[in-house]
Amino acid sequence: MMKKQLNIVVLAKQVPDTRNVGKDAMTPEGTVNRSALPAIFNPEDLNALEMALHIRELAGNATVRVLTMGPARAADIIRDAMFRGADGGYLLSGREFAGSDTLATSYALSCALRKIQPDLIVAGRQAIDGDTAQVGPQVAEKLGLPQVTYAEEIVELKEKSIVVKRRLDHGTEVVESPLPMVLTVNASAPECRPKNAKRVMKYKFALTPSEIAAAPDTEAARRATEKEYLQITEWAAADVNPDPQQLGLAGSPTKVKKIENVVFQAKEAKKLTAADCDIADLMVELIASHTLG
Amino acid sequence: MNNVFVYIELENGAVADVSLELLTKGRELADTLKVKLEAVVIGENLAGIEKELAKYGADTVWVADDKIFAPFRTLPHTAVMCGLIEQEKPQIALFGATPVGRDFAPRVSSALHSGLTADCTQLVIGDHADPKTGKGYTNLLYQIRPAFGGNIIATIVNPDHRPQMATVREGVMRKEEAAKPHAGEVRKIDWQKFVKDTDLAVKIIDRQIEERKINIKGASVIVAGGYGMGSKENFQLVHELAEVLGAEVGASRAAVDAGFTDHARQIGQTGVTVRPKLYIACGISGQIQHTAGMDQSSMIISINTDPEAPINKIADYAITGDVNDVIPKMIKYYKQNSK
Ligand SMILES: Cc1cc2nc3c(=O)[nH]c(=O)nc-3n(C[C@H](O)[C@H](O)[C@H](O)COP(=O)(O)OP(=O)(O)OC[C@H]3O[C@@H](n4cnc5c(N)ncnc54)[C@H](O)[C@@H]3O)c2cc1C
Ligand SMILES: Cc1cc2nc3c(=O)[nH]c(=O)nc-3n(C[C@H](O)[C@H](O)[C@H](O)COP(=O)(O)OP(=O)(O)OC[C@H]3O[C@@H](n4cnc5c(N)ncnc54)[C@H](O)[C@@H]3O)c2cc1C
Repeated sequence: MMKKQLNIVVLAKQVPDTRNVGKDAMTPEGTVNRSALPAIFNPEDLNALEMALHIRELAGNATVRVLTMGPARAADIIRDAMFRGADGGYLLSGREFAGSDTLATSYALSCALRKIQPDLIVAGRQAIDGDTAQVGPQVAEKLGLPQVTYAEEIVELKEKSIVVKRRLDHGTEVVESPLPMVLTVNASAPECRPKNAKRVMKYKFALTPSEIAAAPDTEAARRATEKEYLQITEWAAADVNPDPQQLGLAGSPTKVKKIENVVFQAKEAKKLTAADCDIADLMVELIASHTLG
Repeated sequence: MNNVFVYIELENGAVADVSLELLTKGRELADTLKVKLEAVVIGENLAGIEKELAKYGADTVWVADDKIFAPFRTLPHTAVMCGLIEQEKPQIALFGATPVGRDFAPRVSSALHSGLTADCTQLVIGDHADPKTGKGYTNLLYQIRPAFGGNIIATIVNPDHRPQMATVREGVMRKEEAAKPHAGEVRKIDWQKFVKDTDLAVKIIDRQIEERKINIKGASVIVAGGYGMGSKENFQLVHELAEVLGAEVGASRAAVDAGFTDHARQIGQTGVTVRPKLYIACGISGQIQHTAGMDQSSMIISINTDPEAPINKIADYAITGDVNDVIPKMIKYYKQNSK
């Protein structure tokens, strides 16, 4: 008897690479020019993708699709995920979503997820730009599903539940949750498998309808139109039946009042050498000022 | 009504430091707003817990005491917190940005449709005018937090939804007993009204939690070692200096990843946040993820062979030299000059 197919959706976000801010991304004033940062697959969402692909292997009969909300170019991370093993993806895109805080983001994602009806939702723990780690739990609440955060390892996949090991500050916990549910995956979980050369050949022409429409006469557009597996689903707000009041800026209780760029300026440090006299003077000074002792 | 709530987290039955830090801040906010400070404790065997909370300024201590609440599980905690907030309508609710707070505070905020600001480093009361409508608001909570990997600092307000919710990391706010103890009046939460059977669907099968032995957060002097220490054996030098100075040992992630020392000592974005009187960075380059956890130190000394190491930009004293040379000299001259 064939088991029912397990449909998994990975939530993934395209983010500016805030981790390695190079000199070229700095303004003359010493602040970060965010638009100069490369757009990447949010690191913990790659851990989430790996966990989803692993669960697909455990289940046998399962699919993994990526859902991302973002601008048109966010389709890049869906293709990236397909190169690594995902079956396809959904891009949720439109002006209505602009200015979303985490609540409006999770509301929009939950509308799309209601339409997809997955058996399991796998998110990253945290995005490296907004840095809140709030979207996963908020999506779970909006869908009325249980959640397991900080997932590190799948201990067992059962017919109607999943057993997961989670990483806490000072240890680990193993929990069992009924399906459907939401997992958020920790950076300590296994790294994502690399892109597979055969899959890159197969999926490099995967396009969204907007991308096809933007360059209809290209070879890529022709192929994507012919082959269903090369079509990335694209939804605008109206496609997921939202309450417009809960989207974007209007649906966001938090408002950014002010943003200050952190200025990396050289506060003049006193320069010392390793010479005995320098170190001796320093220790005397620290003792005299009661910083030490 | 309109009071300040602080969620109290328990660690092995004791109140977590972060919750006492939040009570200290909550007391200050409640005084500014002329309202009460209310602590919310959800757990088991809570008799007497109000005494310590009163010392830190709690006027009221709300208690839900039952075995279903320990160890922490998301859904029953969320149900109790949401139910109590709807009943008492606080204007502010604060949570520790811990694995517990970051797990269930977003869920509470989602259910109540009230905003939540993550990892605040400052909380201040102030006024606000909506830039579009011009509508004025008084006495909002300014929730100030770093984002973009520490490259920007945002001030976030929550004008139209209550409560204004925020999480704060451990070690970021000061912990201080109130000038005089407050009433700490115990009130039972009628939690049976809020928790449904389906909230108990997730089962805890096993828990392996280590006792916290290392207390870098509370240390007034920290000697931290980085990848520049070279090896696990050489990392002993950091311990030796710390021992002589009566300091705690911290580390960068590169040092932890290389196996020089335990994860519990990691300082930075994915470790602990510290603000000691003195921070000595030995062979640490000073990447933003590290400095995010220590740049509030009152004084920073760096020891690095590279005079251009980024750590020197925030250091008060930059010693250009080899740790193998400088650390033994520091030990020698400290011993010679103390007492
Ligand atoms: C400076 C600044 C500060 C901010 N502070 C706050 C704040 O304190 N509170 C607040 O509510 N909002 C805040 N926001 C807004 C917030 O960054 C955005 O709402 C963002 O879209 C989602 O939050 P995040 O980046 O923190 O994601 P996280 O909650 O950290 O993301 C967790 C996981 O959710 C999934 N996910 C997140 N976004 C998407 C997406 N677009 N598509 C698919 N999956 C996704 C991913 O799996 C991700 O790993 C802030 C924004 C800025 C610019
Ligand atoms: C998402 C994310 C989260 C992170 N979180 C953290 C975090 O919480 N904490 C953290 O620390 N890092 C964190 N990191 C890593 C961080 O980016 C850096 O990689 C790390 O801090 C570097 O550690 P280090 O300074 O010890 O090593 P390196 O960058 O390798 O620096 C070693 C330094 O030692 C100096 N040196 C070498 N030999 C000697 C010698 N003999 N004597 C004196 N000096 C010497 C070198 O000049 C160099 O400056 C995080 C990274 C990411 C992407």
